[in-house]
Amino acid sequence: MSRLLGIVRRDLHLALRQGMDSTMVVTFFIIAVVLFPFGVGPEPNILARISSGVIWVAALLASMLSLERLFQTDYEDGSLELLALQPVALEFTVAAKIIAHWLTTGLPLIVAAPLLAVLMNMQAEGFAILIVTLLLGTPTLSLIGAIGAALTLGSRRGGVLLSLLVLPLYIPVLVFGITAIDATLAELPARPHLLILAGLLVAAAALCPWVGAAAIRQTLDS
Amino acid sequence: MLHRFANPTRFLRLAAAMQPWMAALTGVMLAFGLYFGLFDSPGDYQQGESVRIMYVHVPSAWMALLCYTALAGSCAVSLIWKHPLADVAARATAPIGAWFTFLALVTGSLWGKPMWGTWWVWDARLTSVLILFFLYLGYMALDNAFDDPGRGARASSILALVGFVNVPIIKFSVDWWNTLHQPASVIKMGGSAIHPSMLMPLLLMGVGFTSYYFWVLLIRIRGEICANKVRSLRLRQVHEQPSADDLSEEAS
Amino acid sequence: MDTLLTFLNMGGYGDFIWPAYVIVTIVLAGLLISSRRFVKAAEAELGSIKQPHQRGRREVGDET
Repeated sequence: MSRLLGIVRRDLHLALRQGMDSTMVVTFFIIAVVLFPFGVGPEPNILARISSGVIWVAALLASMLSLERLFQTDYEDGSLELLALQPVALEFTVAAKIIAHWLTTGLPLIVAAPLLAVLMNMQAEGFAILIVTLLLGTPTLSLIGAIGAALTLGSRRGGVLLSLLVLPLYIPVLVFGITAIDATLAELPARPHLLILAGLLVAAAALCPWVGAAAIRQTLDS
Repeated sequence: MLHRFANPTRFLRLAAAMQPWMAALTGVMLAFGLYFGLFDSPGDYQQGESVRIMYVHVPSAWMALLCYTALAGSCAVSLIWKHPLADVAARATAPIGAWFTFLALVTGSLWGKPMWGTWWVWDARLTSVLILFFLYLGYMALDNAFDDPGRGARASSILALVGFVNVPIIKFSVDWWNTLHQPASVIKMGGSAIHPSMLMPLLLMGVGFTSYYFWVLLIRIRGEICANKVRSLRLRQVHEQPSADDLSEEAS
Repeated sequence: MDTLLTFLNMGGYGDFIWPAYVIVTIVLAGLLISSRRFVKAAEAELGSIKQPHQRGRREVGDET
């Protein structure tokens, strides 16, 4: 456990020292959402209607932005091989890196989300559920994304390929995140949607570090 | 090296023997299926003649799922036992499955327009099949994204296995969610819900599509094995080149 | 002629049924043809690599 925290701390340190990454992700998130009032027009009712979807899609794209670097830098400077050789299972290392990824991208996105909800004219009842769905959903995005990041290590056209692999797998998270918000706004129970979202998170947390480690191992073997 | 090709060689002989049979089976089944489907079967009492799209739509959708299952199965075999033939089979299956998925989507769209009044609805069945199509594309893209084909094969195998979670979702999406798409009617508890006169052309087309898959699969596997040999021969030539030059220089 | 037209019309659904069958035919035939071409190309390439290679060997053997 302490080793897990050690890797998380190391990754957070690196991310903070390089700075920028989190700020860039949040900036992208905000700009992407701000494009919509220009795209569909500033009509408040229309913006309120599409706000949950727009914020979720933008958050999804933003969290995908920094995925490519999840293992890339460690892979290139060889420290990934050192991490794989350590006595601690590679699965834990992968899990730690995913946690660090979420802390540096998912969490800042959640902090910025209410501001964007205001800009998009979302009804006040939607704010709390938006935060809840993002809290349940963005860790799943980081977990699934880690598989894509591990699989595309050392490939040609890494970034574009990564989005092609990861986006289809993101769709369930997106669907249930948005239906939960829409259900609340329509004064219907959001519980079933939230439970599915939580179920996705649990399943992803159980499987993704394992698959990601397998993907990294086959990379290092060759 | 020899043992690497030992199995594929035997397989090639088997494939060459099976190919004409598969071609014949495909031709006969599709001919009968089309005859019954287009001429000798009744229209549906609700959907009228448009139900005839079913005879290409449903088999395409079956094949889309069957091909992905075969793909994931071959990928599992290739990852666990590192069997070279499984790798080749997976790579040969992917484009066939992708095209069947494309056909299921397009014919479904052509059926949906007169029945639902729209080309496309975002319901669970259609969306999950669309995701299946993207998974096929992702598999093929990842397979070709590495300079070392072995790495591409392994990485894409893992992706194919991850994507397999989508298959049961597609299968049961019509039961789990309220959708426009009609529920399964061919295989059902307590017998089929579909009239024999419509079931027969459907099953004939299904068998025809399946044998078509095996036919094209055998062809593509032959091609992939050939391409693999070409690649390894090229590599060997590159390694031998200097020594061959040395020899010819000595000779001259 | 009339029966043919009623057949092609398919109770008003001909506009949807025939494109579906045509697309399926085109895709399946196209996939079959392109797979055949792929094999032919691979086999031809294999042949063209093997032959000069073997000839090269023999020449070297003859000269020495």
